Order: sequence, then C-alpha cells, then structure tokens
Amino acid sequence: MSKTKTDNAVSFVRTEEAPLLPPPATQAGMIGWLYQNIFASMSDFTSIGAALKSLMVAFLTVVIVYALAMQIVGLVDFAILSAVWSDPEGVKREACWTVEQGGKLPVGWHAACWPFISAKAKFILYGAYPNEALWRVNLTYAVGLIGLVWALTPVLPYRKYVGVALLTLYPVMAVVLLTGGGFGLSAASVGVYTIIGLALISIGRLARARRFGVAAADLSGVFGILGWGFVIFAALLVVLGVDFNLEKVDTRDWGGLLITLVVAITGIVASLPLGILLALGRRSQMPVARFLSTVFIEFWRGVPLITVLFMASVMLPLFMPEGVNFDMLLRALIGVTLFSAAYMAEVVRGGLQAIDMGQYEGADAVGLSYWQSMRLIILPQALTHVIPGIVNTFIGLFKDTSLVSIVGIFDLLGAAQSTLADPAWSTPVQGITGYLVVATIFFIFCFGMSRYSIYMENKLNRGRAH
Amino acid sequence: MSGKTKAPTSVLNDAYLRGVFFQLALAAGLVLLFAWLIDNTLTNLENQGKSLGFDFLVRTAGFQISQTFGTWLFDYQVGVSTYLDVYYIGIVNTFLVAILGIVAATVIGFALGIMRLSSNLIFKSFATVYIEVLRNVPLLLQLFFWYFAVLRAMPGKREKLELIPGLVGVNITGLYMPAPVPMDGFSYCVMAFVAAVLITFGVRHYARKRQEATGQTLPVFAISVGIIILLPLLVFVLNGSPLSWSIPEFKETGAILRRGYQPGAGMLLVPEMLAVWLALTLYTAAFIAEIVRAGILAVNKGQTEASYALGLRPNITLRLVVIPQALRVIIPPLTSQYLNLTKNSSLAVAIAYPELVSVFAGTALNQVGKEIEMIFMMMAVYLTFSLLTAAFMNWFNARVKLVER
Amino acid sequence: MAQAKAAAKSQSGSENDVVVSMQHVNKWFGQFHVLRDINLTVEKGERIVVCGPSGSGKSTLIRCLNRLEQHQDGDIIVHGIELNNDVKNIDEIRREVGMVFQHFNLFPHLSILENCMLAPIWVRKTPRAEAEDIAMHFLTRVKIPEQAHKYPGQLSGGQQQRVAIARALCMQPQLMLFDEPTSALDPEMIKEVLDTMVELAEDGMTMICVTHEMGFARKVANRVIFMDDGQIVEQNEPEAFFNNPQSDRTKLFLSQILGH
Repeated sequence: MSKTKTDNAVSFVRTEEAPLLPPPATQAGMIGWLYQNIFASMSDFTSIGAALKSLMVAFLTVVIVYALAMQIVGLVDFAILSAVWSDPEGVKREACWTVEQGGKLPVGWHAACWPFISAKAKFILYGAYPNEALWRVNLTYAVGLIGLVWALTPVLPYRKYVGVALLTLYPVMAVVLLTGGGFGLSAASVGVYTIIGLALISIGRLARARRFGVAAADLSGVFGILGWGFVIFAALLVVLGVDFNLEKVDTRDWGGLLITLVVAITGIVASLPLGILLALGRRSQMPVARFLSTVFIEFWRGVPLITVLFMASVMLPLFMPEGVNFDMLLRALIGVTLFSAAYMAEVVRGGLQAIDMGQYEGADAVGLSYWQSMRLIILPQALTHVIPGIVNTFIGLFKDTSLVSIVGIFDLLGAAQSTLADPAWSTPVQGITGYLVVATIFFIFCFGMSRYSIYMENKLNRGRAH
Repeated sequence: MSGKTKAPTSVLNDAYLRGVFFQLALAAGLVLLFAWLIDNTLTNLENQGKSLGFDFLVRTAGFQISQTFGTWLFDYQVGVSTYLDVYYIGIVNTFLVAILGIVAATVIGFALGIMRLSSNLIFKSFATVYIEVLRNVPLLLQLFFWYFAVLRAMPGKREKLELIPGLVGVNITGLYMPAPVPMDGFSYCVMAFVAAVLITFGVRHYARKRQEATGQTLPVFAISVGIIILLPLLVFVLNGSPLSWSIPEFKETGAILRRGYQPGAGMLLVPEMLAVWLALTLYTAAFIAEIVRAGILAVNKGQTEASYALGLRPNITLRLVVIPQALRVIIPPLTSQYLNLTKNSSLAVAIAYPELVSVFAGTALNQVGKEIEMIFMMMAVYLTFSLLTAAFMNWFNARVKLVER
Repeated sequence: MAQAKAAAKSQSGSENDVVVSMQHVNKWFGQFHVLRDINLTVEKGERIVVCGPSGSGKSTLIRCLNRLEQHQDGDIIVHGIELNNDVKNIDEIRREVGMVFQHFNLFPHLSILENCMLAPIWVRKTPRAEAEDIAMHFLTRVKIPEQAHKYPGQLSGGQQQRVAIARALCMQPQLMLFDEPTSALDPEMIKEVLDTMVELAEDGMTMICVTHEMGFARKVANRVIFMDDGQIVEQNEPEAFFNNPQSDRTKLFLSQILGH
C-alpha cells in the first residue's frame, strides 16, 4: 500500500500547551450574550435578500419591544399604581368615580377598582352559597388539595391508597358536604340491595370453589363483581340518605369557582373509568365492542361542547321517565362527562398503543386472563404514560367549563358577569376589572397545570431513556 | 376411533363462543337501553302535546337575523324565509367564519411558531408570552374581551373612527369597507385569472422537464406570480376596468336619527362577526404555533447539516429536505385544530353572531320548540365535518408514511 | 518557545497541492475554548486519521472545514479558497468537500437513488439522466446498486452508511471528511464500511477521518493525529505513532483504547 509521502517531516510532538485564551467579544460575556440572542439575526448583510431580512428583523424587534413595554407599563399602572385599593367610607362605586362623575379621582383616570373585587370576592368564589355553610366548601377544598398533593408527591408513603380514596371515597364525601346530604333513606331498599349483593357474593365464592361445576367456576368473577356492586350501591344509599344535620344547599345556589371546579373535576374523575372501557373496547378484537366504542367516541368528539350542553339541558328530561327530575347542574355534569370520556378514551388508547407488544405477550405467556393482564400489567403502565395527556385534557375541560354559563349555570365566568350587573358598583372600569381578575384566576390554574404536565412528561421520558 | 382429535369444549369455556356471547349480551343491553329511552321520550312528548317531525322546516321564520354573509346569500326576509333557510344561513355563517379563521390562524400561527424558534430573544419571548397567555385563558372569555372591551369601545352609531380616510371606517355598528360591484365584462377577468392559474401549472411542468433534461432551473415562482397578476390585470384594463366600488357613505349633517353610515353603500362586517373571527383566530394561532414548532423540531438537525455539507443552499434545503419531513408531523394535528376552530365557532351563541347554534338552538328553538329534531340537525352538520376531516387525516397519514422495514 | 512544528511541505512543487491549510485556528463555544491554536496542512492524496478522547475537539475541527461550525480566529483555506463569511466561498468549498456523518443523516422521505441525485441536480445543475448515471456508478462502487429504489428505512446501518458515502461521492469532491463513521454501527457491519473507505483511499481520495478504528489507521493512514483538550498533541506516521508514542497523554490514550 503506497503511503509514500514526506517521512519524518510528518511527526510532531507538542511540548508546550497552547494558551487558553478568552473568547472574542461576540462569543461570551455580556456583549456576547447580546450579540448571540438579539443582534446575530440582524447582522447578515452578505446579499440583498439577507440584508432586507436583517432590516426587517431589526424593525420588528424594535416594534415588539416598544409594544410589549407599553403593554406591561399599562398593565402595571392599571392594576397596581393607579388602582384604587380601598373604600374606607363605604361609598362603593363612588370610590372609583372621577371628578366628572362626582367622585374624587382625577379626570381621565382609568385603572382597577379593587374594592369592587373584594366586595364580590365571596360571590366569585362560592356563588350564592350561604355564608354559614361556607366551612363545608372550604373543608372539601382542603381535603381535596391535601389528598391530591399527597398522591402526587413521589416521596410520601401510601400514595396509592390516598389516590384510590381520592377517586372513590372523596367524591361521596364531597357530595354530602356540598349538598348537605340527607336525601332520604329507605331501609327496605337498602336492605334488599344488601341482601341481593351478599347473596351474589356467596354464589360467586361457592362457584369458585367448584360447587356448581367447572363452567360456573370461570364465571365466579362476574358474580363477585355484581355482588359487590349491589353492596356498594347500598352503602352509597345509606351515606347519601342519612341526615347529618347539615343545611341543605340547592345546586342553584352554587356558583363561581366552586361550580367550575365541581364540573371540571367531576368530568375528569367520572370520565376516566368510562374512557378506559371505551379505549379497551376500541382496541378489542370483538367487532361489536369495537364498533360501538368507535361510534361513541367519534360522535362525542365530533360535536361542539355547547351542543352537548344544550342537548343535556333540553333533551335529558325527555329521555327520562315521567317524574324523574334532573337538577340543572346534574344535567350539565352528565353532558360534560360523556363528552370528556370520548377524549379520555383517545388519550388512554394512545397510552395502550405506546406499550410494547412484548408486555401483552408476556402477560399471555404466564397465563393471565384478559382482565387480569389489563388490571395488573397493562393499565398501570399505560396510565402512567398518559398522565400528561390526562392533565392536558383536564386543562381543556377546565377552560371549557366556562361554557356552562351559556346554559344558565353560574360558573366563574358567569359569576363575574352577574357582578357586572350590580348597579351599586357601576363604574366604567367595572367590566375590565372583573374580567381581568377572572382571566388571571383561569390563567393561574391552567398555566400551573400545564407546567406540572411538562414536568411529569420530562420525568417519564427520563425514566424511559436508555 | 379415528377422526375426533379434539375433545368438545364446554360452551362457557370456548374463548370464541364466550366472545360471541358477550357481544350478543352487549348488543342486547344497548337495544334495551335505547328502547327504554325512546319509550320515555315518546311518552313525554305525547304528554306535552308535541310530535316528532320535520315539517316545521317549511314554516316561515318570524325573527330578524343580523346582516351577514348568510343572510345576503339567501336573501333572508322576515316572514318570507323558512326555518330551512335559517338552517342554511346558520351553516353558511359558520363556515364563513371558520374558513376566514382557518386562513388567518394558519398565517399567524406559522409566523409565531417560526418566531419561537428564532435565535432572536425578543421574538422568542414575545411568541412564548403570547402563546402561554392565549392558551391558558378560556376562549369564551377571550371572545367577551374582544366583543365587549374592544368593539364596544368604538365610537357610537352617529360617529366614526376612520382607519383609511374616506374608505374604511368603524363604529359600534361594525366595520365598513368598500364593496366591489362587478359590471359587464368582469367575468372575462375571472376567466383570465383561472386561465392564468392553469398556465402556471403548465409553466411548472415545462420548467421541471427542462431541468431534468438540461439541469438549468427557471424562476418558476416569480414567473407564476407575474402571470397570475399580469394576465387578469391586462384583461381588466382592456375591458375598460369593469369593476366599480360601492364606497361606504357617512352622513354627518341633517336629522340626527339619520346621521351615520347609510345602509346599502359599501360592505358591512358586523362587530359580532369581527369579534368571533378575532377570538377564534388568535386563540387557534397559539395552538398552531406550538404544532409548527414541534414539527420543525422533529426534523433532525443532522438532516440540515447533511444537506449543507452537500452544498445545498438554505432555501433549497428547507424546500426539499426540512419542510417535507416537518409537514408530515404538522398536518395531522393541524387538521385537528382546524376542526376545533370550526366547532369553537359555536361559542358565537354567547354574543349572538348568527351562526348555526345561535340561530337554530338559540332563537329558532325558542320559537319552534322541537328540540330533538333541531339539535340532531345541528349535530349532524358538525359530525359530517368531523368525519370528513378524520377521513382526510387517515388518507394523508397513509399516503405520506415513511417507508420502513 | 521552540515547538517542533511540522507541516508537510511540498517537495515537488505543484504536484503536491495543499488541500487544507489551517493556521492558528481558534474556536470558542461561549466561554469554552474548544479549538486551541490548530495548525494543520493536508496535501492531495493524504489520508489523515484524527483520534482522541471525547470532548477533545476532533469533530469540531473537521466540521469547521465545511463551515458546519464557525471558527473565530485564524485562517482556514480549503482547496485554495478562503473560508470566511462570504457565502460564495462557503458554497464553493462545500461543493468540493464531502462529509459522512456518524448517524448517516440520509433523507428518509427520498429513495436511495434520489438521495444521491439531489445534490448533483440542484447544486451542479446536472441533467437528471446524467445525475442518475453518476448515482448508479457510485452506488455500484459501494456495492449496493440493487438497493437504489428502496428507502433508507429499509436498509441496515452498514448499508445506510455506504449509501451516505456514495451520496457524498456523487458530488465528486476533492476532499472527504468522515466524522466517526462506524461508531453507530453494530459490530458485524463495521467491516463493510471500513472496506469501502479503504478502497476509496486506494483510489487516491484525500480524506480526514475522525475514528477509533485503529486497524483502519494502521492500514491506510499517512498520518495519525492525536488531539486532546482542543490541541493537536502529537502526530506521526501510524507505525511510529502506535509503537513509539512520545507524549504522556498519547501513551495514556493508546493504553485505554488498545487495551481491550
């Protein structure tokens, strides 16, 4: 192989270190940072096209800086500097009137009227909920928040139990606390359901022990589930029926942030099991199950939420037998749940698809039945994968709850709008102040949740990276 | 004893039979459920003295609808037009605002997405702030903001704010613009335009063949733009400019109730439509920006490096290497956003822009009272659009799938 | 400050064209001084292997040669053209320099043949039929002409890298740069790629390879360069380099990679 070239003139050994020099100004330091991040995009003048582009970038940069600065200055001035913070004399709207209108503020004043918000704060957060019973709402919030933080913080013990309790026991407690419970107890029906339930459970146990033959043994699971279903239903009847001596608060008196949270959280929690079933159905080998799931999902995803709400509020009473009267909030909750279940199904389906075929095969290989492998192997993995997707669906649902104000339920937005009708506080800045506060509340919730979702996604990706 | 190699399995154990049994049970359960619901519904309707039927569609509608494209297209007149016309008007207005929104949101969304990828910190920060704020506030709230805060702050009916003096002005009744009035001979210009478009296809084809044969390229884009602009323009001039404009007329003097913009002159865009269009556009643009950004980031940096290393210039690299790959990732979620925008137009019911939900489930429902028929008619429209979009996405995904082992 | 600096000086005048000349090249990534006073001259027909620990700047060095990275100080002259901000110079240099990447970077949405034809058609303005001939010629040279109508996703790693080599060759460059071409390949596929590179060297292509394959270096290289901490620490002919390393750092590096 010919490698003839200059021979030993090629060899070289470094005897001294090359000096470690500081970078030129455009690379590092303050000037470097400024150059890289701002001026680099404007300094290409090597051709006419590039020069035009640089000039346009420079121009736009100046425009944006100016516009942003004006907006920020304006916002700070509106919300903080020029704003009226208190109403010591209790004159209500006059505290936010300019001299022209009869108040004390200079002509041309235009800023936030905070006393208006503090007067309406309870209404915005709780609606018309009776003041003496507010402790129940606060208790529900507190328990929910503690439970959620506990279940989501990795280092705490018993997280799974807290999570399960949050999904099962907490809703019942919340219903009792918020509505007041005491819907009436019929000892007879409770007794009947309990007895049926216990009977079914016993049959299941006996079947499993092969007392009724081999075929029935395989179906013992079905009996067991049905039986426990009846027993749990009976227990629910008891809890909802017993009178705990709490003042009953009709759902028409709920409003503001309370309604928004109730609708959004109920929607998500209730749609999760339904969504999982639909996702499994859509992936099933059985054509009937697959067809029905697909039709359900595509139907609810294909129509706007507002039509679903109209349908629920207007048509649901028609679908029910005579005399069954649905509370407005319940109708909206049913609509929201069905709507959200379709989106949840797609999210869960994505998670199921992301699981390696090997997991399904491994579960089959050790002899687990379909439901067992789902419960023990597949779903736990899939659900962890889809937590970011679930949080994103929740964010969307949280924003969409504002639509219930169109069908007459006072959510956060609706409550804000009704405060604007109060003549005692009528000022030119009433609307802007109110909407600004509501927008900020929504933003804090949604932005916070989206940050959490990104954090979870990163954590899951890190765990999976290999 | 030959023949039988398998022992017959019990009916309850055979997986296949169990599946069949389960599906039959499922189907039967659903049939029972629907039967019960339908029975209840019919009973309730009977008790309320109502009946099912679509004959209400030929009755005349007795309410006013805001002046919009739909009312213009169907020449809506109170007491003459039927509820079927109302239905069509709702559909047309929905799709008008949807298409306008889709176009505007795509342009703004792409611009924002590219800004967010820029090395310029100002651009990046602005885009990020915009996207985060608009995505985390409900659309309904944004709609109210545009409608109440901005458009209601416009001057009153007897005054105006001129955006282009003499031509474009706005007040609380809406945005007034010159309206084109085509005259005789304008149809030739339209034909010239169509011909120009067809010619550009021919030019493209010719340029491609030429490049394959000789390697030389033609500036196809510039030529196409030139033809599309110049040919119709030439025909226009030759025909004696057959286009006049109806300029908005503003009366400043005279009886006070007659002052203001005069009806019949110029084109009016009502504030409701503007608010819906603005809100839908800006909201959806934030989501599109993120989709575009994700699509461009999905293309490996090594692709651009390999392309540059081969000597391909940046604009060719973008056109032939980056954009084809980025579009594969961008288009499915993009079509989802278009669908969302169309469905979100239903929020216009809150400010009474006469789109489908607004006229049908709002006003008309109150007058007719046939909830089931009307709500299903509405849902049918949205469902059709959704299914068409889903079909398109499936077709697109199948077509551009990267060929792998 | 005597540094035994050796640049391969041309012995017989114009016959030994200098393809690459790097003089006092420095580069920074932010505060980090990643290339320190690089001096390197490569003549036509030379095969250079650059090795060194990760983070030593060897990839950065060759990426500066076709402006995938930008140097802040010093001069780089490739094939007589100065490498600076002038776009025309950069375009000309990139036409004459081909590069093969560690992760192949084939265009997945184009067929193998289209991958190879893209640059000749759009950069050298070659007619399509001629470009196709050139592409088939080089695909035959890397021994996979039958894959021409397949897509990158359908080929193995070794096949993809050979296509990447063919794609770079279709521009008929004067200099080939290889950035760890076999590092991402499964062991059984490394040989097919190295064989291709050896054949290329035997045909007289000037090449600079960043690689850990020392067998390849022994077989084909004129010079092996060892880089550490952004500087060229030692360079020599392969036999002398491997058998008689001078610097301590070289000795340490060689013991680490030749040990297993």
